Amino acid sequence: MSEFVLETKNLGISFGGLRAVSDVNLQIKHGEIYGLIGPNGAGKTTVFNLLTGVYQPTEGTFFLEGKELKRMSQEKINHAGIARTFQNIRLFNNMTVRRNVMVGLHNREEFRCSMAESLFRLPRHFKVEREMKERAVEILEIFDLQDERNTLACNLPYGKQRKLEIARALATEPKLLLLDEPAASMNPHETEDLRRTVELLREKLGVTILLIEHDLKFVSGICDRITVLNFGTVIAEGSTKDALSDPEVIKAYIGK
Amino acid sequence: MMKGFQNIKWQRYLNYVAIGLVLIIFSSLALAGGLPQSTVFKLEEIAISIILAVSLSLVVGFLGELSLGHAGFMCVGAYLGGKVSAILVEPLGNGILTLLISLAVGGLCAGLCGFIIGLPALRLKGDYLAITTLAFGEIVRTIFQNTSPESFGGAIGLATPRFNRKYFFIICFIMVLVTLAVIQNLIRSKHGRAITAIRDNEIAARATGVNVTRYKLTGFIVAAVFAGLAGVLFSYTQSNVSSATFDYNYSIEILVMVVLGGMGSINGSIIAATLITFLNKELATVLTGDLAVLKDLIYALILILIVIYNNSPKLAGFREKYNLKNLFARLTKNRFSKHDADDTKRWDVVPTKIKMDALLSTDFVVTEVKADKPKEEDHE
Repeated sequence: MSEFVLETKNLGISFGGLRAVSDVNLQIKHGEIYGLIGPNGAGKTTVFNLLTGVYQPTEGTFFLEGKELKRMSQEKINHAGIARTFQNIRLFNNMTVRRNVMVGLHNREEFRCSMAESLFRLPRHFKVEREMKERAVEILEIFDLQDERNTLACNLPYGKQRKLEIARALATEPKLLLLDEPAASMNPHETEDLRRTVELLREKLGVTILLIEHDLKFVSGICDRITVLNFGTVIAEGSTKDALSDPEVIKAYIGK
Repeated sequence: MMKGFQNIKWQRYLNYVAIGLVLIIFSSLALAGGLPQSTVFKLEEIAISIILAVSLSLVVGFLGELSLGHAGFMCVGAYLGGKVSAILVEPLGNGILTLLISLAVGGLCAGLCGFIIGLPALRLKGDYLAITTLAFGEIVRTIFQNTSPESFGGAIGLATPRFNRKYFFIICFIMVLVTLAVIQNLIRSKHGRAITAIRDNEIAARATGVNVTRYKLTGFIVAAVFAGLAGVLFSYTQSNVSSATFDYNYSIEILVMVVLGGMGSINGSIIAATLITFLNKELATVLTGDLAVLKDLIYALILILIVIYNNSPKLAGFREKYNLKNLFARLTKNRFSKHDADDTKRWDVVPTKIKMDALLSTDFVVTEVKADKPKEEDHE
């Protein structure tokens, strides 16, 4: 097995003549919480979209545990082990909280059930459905959402919607979890709660996490290492403390 | 054993029971000879409408794609199924075997068309897909209209053999039950959940690993197959299948049934299909002669009233108070309310449960708005 969970090599994309992201080299180790920060428009979300197959990279490539995932579809990349959340929350709004998580469990090997088995209501269908429900609630318990399992996702308060999105991503059993601004527009209390949850994911489940965040306090409190992007290129990387005190980074954030 | 019985959610199978009862009552009436011919025709039409509405509801209500070509699939089924039965009626006789073979052929051919229409549906969104399906329906209709008289009858229409009309509605209703079983079982499974996930948020569904291509195609194919089957049944109720029947108005009428019944509600589609077909037939018989022009006007007015009633915010309180669901809940409160209690108990014995209440106790978000009713039926 490769030393790194995620390794990108000169990853980049151009939209026509615009070079949105170029030469991104990330090396994320197992069990790490890695931050990707930068001013608005730096290309952070574009990197996420490259890593999840929304965009196809025009330069470079990337590997998940040594397996090249370039040019794979979004579904395939998810099956390979990268799950993500979105900057603007994207839940299945008209479905209950538990069903949202159950969609995440859809492709798990242990819940395999062919369409014919479902149509003819063979025993396997009932077994799988029952086990999926149980597993979904187990996952919801990690996020303390089990009491809301029958609530419609759109009726959850904001902080809990964020958590549910992470829960759904986690249900796909990812090796690498990408969180796109998880703490955006959260109050300090919710942010603290989120920080604990993310650390918990690493401790208990051993998930490797790559996150984009603007809240630098949150980033410095949780990330082991970070990469700072500006105008689509890496301007600093390394341990969180070093990278944040890099003069280039301060210049990008505050100006001269 | 008894306990296992109690855990079955009876409400979910209520539609089978209701349709089964209708079937038993009317078929015993028919056997006793007490059913006028006009009622038999109405029942046939209602059954066909239900099949069409339920199958379209899979695409529109659950997959979330607007399809305006449902009558086109029905047209394929009606013509091909009708042709097969016309050919087979000589060697095999006008019996159940001929019917089954023509159903199979009609359904499969319509399913193939569903696959072909499903392919652009993977790329097109909303309005564009609606236009594509609309065009498909018209193309199919025009093709059959321009065939030679020997093949599919052309403008005169295809002459089809007729089943024994007295009992044919029984077969139609059995097909309704089959349709319900297939579509309901599909929706109330992990596959149906994936389909609904695509409707709610396609981008998130992809990112969660749902195979969007597969499920979109499945939705279109299944819906098309049942539209095709409805078409075959339709060809049996007519002595002459004419392509003019399957124009876009018919597709829109099926869509109206689905929309009025409530997107994502199968029972709603069944009720709406029954009422609209009945209303159409009644208006056609009541308004004769010069008054016939009023038919469409009154039909439209009734539709507008239903839409206003369903959506007016001022009537929300009224709807809340007097609706079938609440009435049913009140009637069955004592007997059927145990499931959720069971649900909560089970979590205590989950072996891998991670105790994190202490860690996550900082969550102080006010959650007063806890009580809410899921908009769609619980399909799990």
